[in-house]
Amino acid sequence: MTDHLSTLIQAVEDADSSYRLLAAVQELAAARLEGAIPTLIAALSYNNPGAAVAAVDGLIQLGEPSIPALLEQLDLHNYTARAWAIRALAGIGDPRGLVTLLGVATADFSPSVRRAAARGLGMMKWHWFPDDLLEIAQEEALEALLFVAQQDEEWVVRYAAIMGLQALARAIAATHPDWRSRIQSHLEQIAANDENWAVRARIWMAQQHLQTEATPTPAVVAKPSPLSATDWQTILEKLYDRKKQEKLVLAEGDPRRYRDLAASIAQPSDGVQV
Amino acid sequence: MDDESVIKSDSSLTVEQAIANLQGEDLGLRVYAAWWIGRFRVNDPEAIAVLIAALDDEDDRTTVGGYPLRRNAARALGKLGDRRAVPALVRALECSDFYVREAAAQALEALGDASCLPRLIELLNNQVPGTLPAPEPPQLTQPFEAILEALGALGATAAIPDILPFLEHDVPRIQYAAARAMYQLTPSPEAQQYGDRLVQALSNKELQLRRTVLTDLGAIGYLPAADAIAQTPAENSLKLIALKGLLEKQLQHTTPPHLTDGAMKVMTLMDELL
Repeated sequence: MTDHLSTLIQAVEDADSSYRLLAAVQELAAARLEGAIPTLIAALSYNNPGAAVAAVDGLIQLGEPSIPALLEQLDLHNYTARAWAIRALAGIGDPRGLVTLLGVATADFSPSVRRAAARGLGMMKWHWFPDDLLEIAQEEALEALLFVAQQDEEWVVRYAAIMGLQALARAIAATHPDWRSRIQSHLEQIAANDENWAVRARIWMAQQHLQTEATPTPAVVAKPSPLSATDWQTILEKLYDRKKQEKLVLAEGDPRRYRDLAASIAQPSDGVQV
Repeated sequence: MDDESVIKSDSSLTVEQAIANLQGEDLGLRVYAAWWIGRFRVNDPEAIAVLIAALDDEDDRTTVGGYPLRRNAARALGKLGDRRAVPALVRALECSDFYVREAAAQALEALGDASCLPRLIELLNNQVPGTLPAPEPPQLTQPFEAILEALGALGATAAIPDILPFLEHDVPRIQYAAARAMYQLTPSPEAQQYGDRLVQALSNKELQLRRTVLTDLGAIGYLPAADAIAQTPAENSLKLIALKGLLEKQLQHTTPPHLTDGAMKVMTLMDELL
């Protein structure tokens, strides 16, 4: 461990006020050192929203190396830390988070988690996917985003879904022009019907982008996928499970009905607001 | 409110029941019914009449002399948008209970009726006899924040000389409310100095104060604040709401679906905060 890193970590551990903790986590995040990952992950459960925002930003900057620790965090029972981990996962766009994001974008009770997931679904690292899985994954993301853009009761979540749809339309421009037209016609409908002006404006901006991007942008030249064959197998299995469950759930009723109830029980001070 | 009344008054309440409860024996149920009618925006003439009557309630008193039912009735009337409540709310500005006056000022702002302005200005100058200060520190004599916000929102240019001293008030929140009102009441470009004061306040060390300022900047839609809003350490949810205020202000200047550069800039910042 470099001296610099250990000094920064020490500052987080020694912080004796919420403001000092915030400042220390911000500095640690800004250093962009992989050795900071465990400390940044730990900061997600300190019940300090400012520090958690900074930690999430730092983890997103560090990207893929944060994923194993984040996935572990998702299995734990601290809801607040879990919500932050989902936000980081959404920001990184790692395919191992795909199925989680599909679930939370459509059904999590916290709007701040739903909006992050919706954005993440559009900005998934699609270029990492093997061809046979790509189409299934993108179709799931498309369906989830169209649902959220039209049905979510929070303007900011619908806004995030519009952004997600814009990014997805760009990603599938070459492979699925039919999906792209579908996105565009849905956007037109929503722009005419949504009561919220920010959502409408975001659609106008998306439409401008989609019109000027007649030719698809080439995939960002980036690191090759670090995922193993086992990772992809797991993702595929989870996607199939989700498909099966979707049918069951739809037969019995919309799970979103329970979300209002859950939201009314949650305290505003539970740290989920981000 | 005791536990029993919470259980009895769940969401199965009907409009008829709420109106009946407001006039019933159970004080807890009365307070809850007033809140419920506002929360679910029950725009029923009878409900409004009963709420107006509740502004004169004498039955429900706290140990320090507060009027819980009057407070909730005033808040509810602010949400229902019926200007028939204005004269009764103006009378409520004379109530001895600080929180009734605060709720009444907020409700009058929401109803957008300028007929309350002379009384609000008297209240700002602490010229209304019989009004007791807030029961807890800093024991403000009047709900200045609510009064200043209402004066700004209702276009009370005549009140400018009375508002100016509050820019230097000991309580920062009140300074900000004064700056917000001055921004709304001053023609540009002079108004900019008040917007800039709020931008500077975004670097305040106290998270709670930064949150207040975010709300103020969103309310006035001050475009030059966009970057500072995006960067200040606070919950993204609050920053998004503030930026939405800026965006909506920009949309007033254009014909859909045309977007100003300012609107595009604000949305680009919002995208990053999702």
